[in-house]
Amino acid sequence: MNNGGSTMVEKILAANSGKSKVNPGELINARVDLALGNDITAPVAIKEFERFGLDEVFDRDKIVLVPDHFTPNKDIASAEQARDVRDFAKKYNIKHYYEIGRMGVEHALLPEQGLIHPGMIIIGADSHTCTYGALGAFSTGVGSTDLAAAIAIGEAWFKVPATIRFEYSGTIPPFVSGKDLILYTIGQIGVEGARYRAMEFTGEAIDKLSMDGRLTMANMAVEAGGKCGYVQPDQTTFQYLDGRVKNDYTSVYSDEDAYYEKVYQFDVSSLEPQIAFPPSPDNVYPVSAAAGTTIDQVVIGSCTNGRIEDLRAAASVIKGKKVHPGVRLLVIPATQLIYRQALEEGVLAAFIDAEAAVSTPTCGPCLGGHMGILARGEKALATTNRNFVGRMGHPESEVYLCGPAVAAASAVAGEIVHPEEVK
Amino acid sequence: MKLEGKVWSFGDNIDTDAIIAARYLSTSDPVKLAEHLMEDIRPDFPGLVEKGDILIGGQNFGCGSSREHAPLAIKGAGVSCVIARSFARIFYRNAINIGLPILECSDDLSHLQPGQDRLQVDFEEGIITHLETGDIYKAAPFPPFMQEIINLGGLVGYVKNRIKG
Ligand code: SF4
Repeated sequence: MNNGGSTMVEKILAANSGKSKVNPGELINARVDLALGNDITAPVAIKEFERFGLDEVFDRDKIVLVPDHFTPNKDIASAEQARDVRDFAKKYNIKHYYEIGRMGVEHALLPEQGLIHPGMIIIGADSHTCTYGALGAFSTGVGSTDLAAAIAIGEAWFKVPATIRFEYSGTIPPFVSGKDLILYTIGQIGVEGARYRAMEFTGEAIDKLSMDGRLTMANMAVEAGGKCGYVQPDQTTFQYLDGRVKNDYTSVYSDEDAYYEKVYQFDVSSLEPQIAFPPSPDNVYPVSAAAGTTIDQVVIGSCTNGRIEDLRAAASVIKGKKVHPGVRLLVIPATQLIYRQALEEGVLAAFIDAEAAVSTPTCGPCLGGHMGILARGEKALATTNRNFVGRMGHPESEVYLCGPAVAAASAVAGEIVHPEEVK
Repeated sequence: MKLEGKVWSFGDNIDTDAIIAARYLSTSDPVKLAEHLMEDIRPDFPGLVEKGDILIGGQNFGCGSSREHAPLAIKGAGVSCVIARSFARIFYRNAINIGLPILECSDDLSHLQPGQDRLQVDFEEGIITHLETGDIYKAAPFPPFMQEIINLGGLVGYVKNRIKG
């Protein structure tokens, strides 16, 4: 055990469980500040919640329900699931229920709406809930029963994770983004490399990384097996939060003498854009290794890379060009606000002029739900986060993962290329 | 809490799709799910597994999706506990939350004869004993807090208790 300092996550967990200090491996009950569910996981949690026989939820302001996976409803079954969530939100007067037309992909939506700030504990019945660590919070994915319990009593149990520190030095090269940093990291440590662990992202390259880039990195902590990924709050964080978050909050930082189970150091100065080959997010190579791979579909969107900076990066590559005749390019802004912003900036026009299909916010093809399912033998290049067998459609289709600039360039080329090649 | 049962062994990285395939997710009834437990990797398994049996896994047991149907199918088959070298994080939570005891044991248990060898598991002490040879394997003891959740039948029972208290 460790008698020295604490990491950011250990401090947040201690503060919310009435303890002065917690240690890795310890089991605690902690208050949660926000509990999140979507149109797939909330219906199961709602059924469990009803078994408690309560008249009210623990706090109607601290529950967030986002129908984003199979919406706008793709079939009758999904319409009924979405209806169950809507009815529950109405019955218990849930403040943060986001209807179609006001919604977005959950992990892009919550930070944007100012629901997340440093020091919070957020649980969500969705594995990519780890995204909010980018804002100095502790957040992690749980199961539907956990969500039901949190809706009822506002608490969850946790095993305190050990922390692994990732230090990124050097200057991030052009066309390289947060996505490339996290893909590279997962490629280095493997899909089990951070199992049960908190991943602390730090170093000069992270200091200079935008908030959107940090959100992308924390988002994919789960692809390395991580419980959460986080960046400690700094000026970039405060600028992002300014005007969004109304609550007072206190930022929490890791102590100098905090215990790290491992420390990795990566110099990113000569990092190429990265590609995760099918069928695993740790099957990662530089883009040059994938050069010439022909593709049928390109998807730009999701909770990983559907934010405004991602759309701008893709649009700047594609502007004035056409999508290759053999390729379908789907662009899915992650939230209504991003959609609007992209519209006003001419970003959407660049995509439409290039003959891309632009969609309302939805998870859609990311999980093979709808809006772009692959046929047998087809290959897709996507800015999403998982490329398991059958993730985007037929079990014999394949998904390659990349950042937005590579996605846009490859849509033009008809095959995977470095963005420099489509000037 | 002590349990005894005969073992069934599986390898590393047994994912939630292997435990219960996505095509059976239209129900969450544990007994119905149990009819297809491990079917894609061992088709005869649903007919072999008996009440009280112990499942043995390797590294990263239960990786993949966050579906609670996986531990539910195992519980529905009457399995008394799962012992693995390590568990995927959300599977670990889900198992505890539905009242399925699980134990992490770094000792190699791959030599145990499936359907024959019998173990006794002592959760408080974290000691696993081979009932014939007397061999002892060490696991992390099961914390009292988890014991409480399991004893109350899972997280729903635990929360009900809290609400009453
Ligand atoms: S965009 Fe994809 S990964 Fe993100 S919440 Fe939706 S389905 Fe999950």
